[in-house]
Amino acid sequence: MKLDAKIPAGPLADKWNNHKAKMRLVTPTNRRRYHIIVVGSGLAGSAAAASLAEMGYEVSCFCYQDSPRRAHSIAAQGGINAAKNYQNDGDSVRRLFLDTIKGGDYRAREANVYRLAQVSTSIIDQCVAQGVPFAREYGGLLANRSFGGAQVSRTFYARGQTGQQLLLGAYSALSRQIGAGTVKMYTRHEMLDLVLVEGQAKGIVTRDLVTGEIKAWASDVVVLCTGGYGNVFYLSTNAQGCNVTATFRAHRRGAGFANPCYSQIHPTCIPVHGEDQAKLTLMSESLRNDGRVWVPKNSADCAKPASEIPEEARDYFLERKYPSYGNLAPRDISSRAAKEVCDEGRGVGQVVDGKRLGVYLDFSAAIKRLGESAIRERYGNLFDMYENITGENAYRQPMRIFPAVHYTMGGLWVDYNLQSNIPGLFVGGEANFSDHGSNRLGASALMQGLADGYFVLPYTVTDYLAGVGLSGRPSVDRPEFKAVVKEVEERTHWFLNNNGNRSARSYHKELGKIVWEKCGMTRDKAGLEGAIRDLQALRDDFWKNIKVVGAGNQLAPELERAGRVADFLDFGIMMCLDALTREESCGGHFRTEYQEAGEAKRNDDTFAHAAVWEFKGEGNLPKRHTEPLTYEEVQLTTRSYK
Amino acid sequence: MVKPSEQSSHDSERTLALRLRVWRQLRGGEGHFEEYSLAAVPVSASFLEMMDMLNEQLIREGKDTIAFDHDCREGICGMCSMTINGMPHGPIPGVTTCQLHMRNFRDGETITVEPWRARAFPVLKDLAVNRSAFDKVIQAGGFITVRTGSAPEANNTLIPKPIADEAMDAAECIGCGACVASCKNGSAMLFVGAKINHLNILPQGQPERERRTLAMVKTMDDAGFGNCTNYGECQAHCPKGITLDVIAKLNRDYLRARVKDFFSSTGKARKGGE
Amino acid sequence: MSASSCYKNCQPASIGKKIIMALSGLVLAGFVFGHMIGNLTVFKGAAAINEYAEWLHAHPGLLWVARSVLIVSVIAHIWSGVLLTIENRIARAGGPAVEVTRQASLSSRTMPYSGVIILAFIVFHLLHFTFRKIALGGQEFGADVYKMIIAGFSQPAVALFYIASMILLCLHLSHGISSVFQTLGLRNQRWRGRLDVVATAYGWVIALGFISIPLAVLLGQLK
Ligand SMILES: Cc1cc2nc3c(=O)[nH]c(=O)nc-3n(C[C@H](O)[C@H](O)[C@H](O)COP(=O)(O)OP(=O)(O)OC[C@H]3O[C@@H](n4cnc5c(N)ncnc54)[C@H](O)[C@@H]3O)c2cc1C
Ligand code: HEM
Ligand code: SF4
Ligand code: FES
Repeated sequence: MKLDAKIPAGPLADKWNNHKAKMRLVTPTNRRRYHIIVVGSGLAGSAAAASLAEMGYEVSCFCYQDSPRRAHSIAAQGGINAAKNYQNDGDSVRRLFLDTIKGGDYRAREANVYRLAQVSTSIIDQCVAQGVPFAREYGGLLANRSFGGAQVSRTFYARGQTGQQLLLGAYSALSRQIGAGTVKMYTRHEMLDLVLVEGQAKGIVTRDLVTGEIKAWASDVVVLCTGGYGNVFYLSTNAQGCNVTATFRAHRRGAGFANPCYSQIHPTCIPVHGEDQAKLTLMSESLRNDGRVWVPKNSADCAKPASEIPEEARDYFLERKYPSYGNLAPRDISSRAAKEVCDEGRGVGQVVDGKRLGVYLDFSAAIKRLGESAIRERYGNLFDMYENITGENAYRQPMRIFPAVHYTMGGLWVDYNLQSNIPGLFVGGEANFSDHGSNRLGASALMQGLADGYFVLPYTVTDYLAGVGLSGRPSVDRPEFKAVVKEVEERTHWFLNNNGNRSARSYHKELGKIVWEKCGMTRDKAGLEGAIRDLQALRDDFWKNIKVVGAGNQLAPELERAGRVADFLDFGIMMCLDALTREESCGGHFRTEYQEAGEAKRNDDTFAHAAVWEFKGEGNLPKRHTEPLTYEEVQLTTRSYK
Repeated sequence: MVKPSEQSSHDSERTLALRLRVWRQLRGGEGHFEEYSLAAVPVSASFLEMMDMLNEQLIREGKDTIAFDHDCREGICGMCSMTINGMPHGPIPGVTTCQLHMRNFRDGETITVEPWRARAFPVLKDLAVNRSAFDKVIQAGGFITVRTGSAPEANNTLIPKPIADEAMDAAECIGCGACVASCKNGSAMLFVGAKINHLNILPQGQPERERRTLAMVKTMDDAGFGNCTNYGECQAHCPKGITLDVIAKLNRDYLRARVKDFFSSTGKARKGGE
Repeated sequence: MSASSCYKNCQPASIGKKIIMALSGLVLAGFVFGHMIGNLTVFKGAAAINEYAEWLHAHPGLLWVARSVLIVSVIAHIWSGVLLTIENRIARAGGPAVEVTRQASLSSRTMPYSGVIILAFIVFHLLHFTFRKIALGGQEFGADVYKMIIAGFSQPAVALFYIASMILLCLHLSHGISSVFQTLGLRNQRWRGRLDVVATAYGWVIALGFISIPLAVLLGQLK
């Protein structure tokens, strides 16, 4: 597998501009003769599809929801970073770059991250022009807040619905192009495979989820913006349909998958309430500004109501362990600390699966200090949401929270141009691995999705198209397409006819439990090896006993689910393998063997690289390759939050 | 209905036995209600988790599952859409189907679950309907034309906070369609009004204001939605608290656009058709 | 817009129909107020109301302008009302099996019905008092409007139909008047409640104003 990052030469700050100036162009009259497939309509996909169509290309865009506006970007709450320095607090492109590299625990590519920081300012301009109603000051200027422990206020936000508003902006741009006929939008279409012709990505195969039609689409280039794979854990803050299928199918066709073991766990989610739960809900991290995190010192107290546990019997473990950051310790550190106390048997809340997985987030001190109305003003909607879901009033009793999977940093490997190792296959947004290293800073995923979609892919895809020329698009009648369609049809047929006895959801749950336990907040060698064995067994069982009800020519949610779970199973094995072979701790990847005084211990000598996995055939383990990460401008240091 | 705050903190141990009357329909076919019993539903489960349980039970019985739309399950994507006991998104105001929890139902209760009903939202299967008419309305004018990369510096446009807040109030619409489903006229005025209100009050939205309004209303009409007669059911069922104000403003903007259009002049004598 | 496409494009949009509905409704609502004030002169005695009637007939220009505006309004109101009602039935596609109403008032839900009955009433009313095709009370009254009123309302059936129709008019107006403000874009959350009160009050003023006459006749106060 050839992994050439194609990082342009020259000083870091000039790379992108120099590169843009050198890239090839396509004349306007020729553009409509190129067909571009964009899979995904989230921030990255909508932005890319709309921008490319504006330039004059013929674009087809696909998503599995019933409208492009429902991509899971819609759920992002907190905000989006940009180095505007509107607050005059010393922010700059360079500082955003440094923060992002450091936040990623030095496992991201310098040049990509620098470009991200550079284009961040244009994103805000673009979104404001589209009518995104960002929060404002009374003078009419844009407001900012500090987010995720950043020292500067560079986060732009629209109440608690920033992702929604940014997506609606991108969706409106996309809609304008659909209305103008330059984008053909295919909703309720799931990409089930990628088609290569002579080693280049030249199309996809989809299933129309309404009619069941399986169809091949040919294009000059394929852009995947299909989001993250957090749902491999079954319970996550992702949407139900989020899947790894699109990227994993591309992986099976030869695309390298980078760093699958990097996943981010968010500390403030509503705990699991029961066996039948299908989804975890995130609550804004801002709650930790006024809430104190604790558990009982004594596990015998865990079943008691919080009010019956006296002050001296409470363990404010974040304040105890991290006196300088206290309850505001970073996401991964707070999450692990919560897991630790629960593993010690000091968790609170309902017993699920024999354990109490929750810690208190207590506002009583803040309510006493500031008054209930002040707290209501700050967090009223979150308290309401919490009450709606749990039936508990957090003004009277402490909230219960627990970490949940929230974001995945790994993804398809891409070079500086966001092109995978398969020529003609570009990957944007959460689906690629490019900018966040082993841990993502708050408010930077939205930034990356829009940067990729609006400001990177339109240039780099054009450069690629100029290179392949006009004769590049094959016909769907070619044998390559027919063969893939046949494979997909056979798989579909097999699912619908297998005489099994177990539902896809039950496999998914079991898969989720295994990876959450063994490849979640903490990992270790024995656990990961066991997990790989368990997953292999589970996969074998799946391919024997899966039961799929429904008809092939109707909406068939069970068929969709089975296909996604099948890919998650294979993917889960690769994820554990990646975690096993990365013998260090970094960012969201915490190997218990590699720590120093409870903190993650990186091994920069051996592991300052991206691990890229190559598919080696059905049932075989994938092969590990590496892309070394060289740091020219940044000094590698150790994080400390003590 | 039990007020959530009066519940004990460990209500998950309480369960319900339910009877469900669910609408079943294949694409292009006639629909009917089917009845199911479901036992041991934890009150802490969400409504959709209850439906998942029912579906798992159907799978065990070898029967086809009930198709329904859902995705984020946190009340923001607008995909979930069930009329529960006659109420789009169910009995709790301001809550989407996916955020509705079973503690709001009684043991032994019969719950009727139907799809959104409106001519413009044909049923695809069971509880899932086709809402692409909403997308068409947005495609007709629910945008501000701005080419990627051509935007001016963001802080060049000053927007008073109250205006930004008002735009945001309207922009919170999740496009779920409960307004149409609850409207006795099958009207989409709340949805369209929300989008018009978001864009038409912002300075960036002014150049296309009239054009946008006329085009979106025309597309709305062509899609087969009904006409507003100011019932207010939409507002009472909207999970995001969008109010009738947006409809009043849509009406006003429409009138204004029509009048402007009527008196508009090209500055030149017209030659033939346009 | 070319002439040939006008047929399709000139059919007013949903909101256009609503605006026609509101403006014509407003004219009619204004008219009923004037009409009621005129009628109430009956309480000043036979001479007063007969004078008022004579005055009207002495100004045929004015009368016909008013009548034309009314006729146009009634036709526009009914035409758009019928279209709206039919289109809305179709758009609703039957509705859910369980029908729940959270906010829509009784008056709003019965607009077409109250409207149709009012229409029936108007037809009857015109035949009775304007065209005098239905001779209630038997005689030719000539210019003596007062006598005609007394004779008509002395028949309990006529008086009761009149009273019932006015109550329906009250119902129609208590949604209609507030609705006009909404339709013309002149209502918001703050004013909605207040306008609803104003509309209901207006409806009752009109209805009670009209009803007072047959009631007085029935109770023997007007002879
Ligand atoms: C609850 C939550 C809160 C968050 N808050 C923040 C925040 O405050 N700030 C921040 O910066 N980031 C936040 N994030 C992260 C951020 O929202 C996401 O990383 C980002 O929006 C991903 O955008 P995307 O365009 O890559 O993918 P998505 O928005 O997930 O879009 C994926 C698209 O691909 C389509 N698709 C997927 N698979 C297929 C397939 N097989 N076939 C066809 N189509 C397919 C989907 O239909 C969809 O259109 C949050 C994430 C979550 C879950
Ligand atoms: C004196 C007679 C009448 C008066 C004063 C009157 C007044 C009004 C008013 C003010 C409205 C509100 C318009 C709006 O929605 O903005 C209205 C609506 C309506 N009227 Fe009348 N009207 C009268 C007669 C009729 C008649 C005869 C009919 C039917 C045959 C009718 C049917 C309707 C209907 C269907 C509506 C629409 C309901 C709605 O949009 O909510 N009305 N009327
Ligand atoms: S206005 Fe309310 S009910 Fe209608 S689509 Fe928007 S959020 Fe849903
Ligand atoms: S599933 Fe997204 S709003 Fe209900």
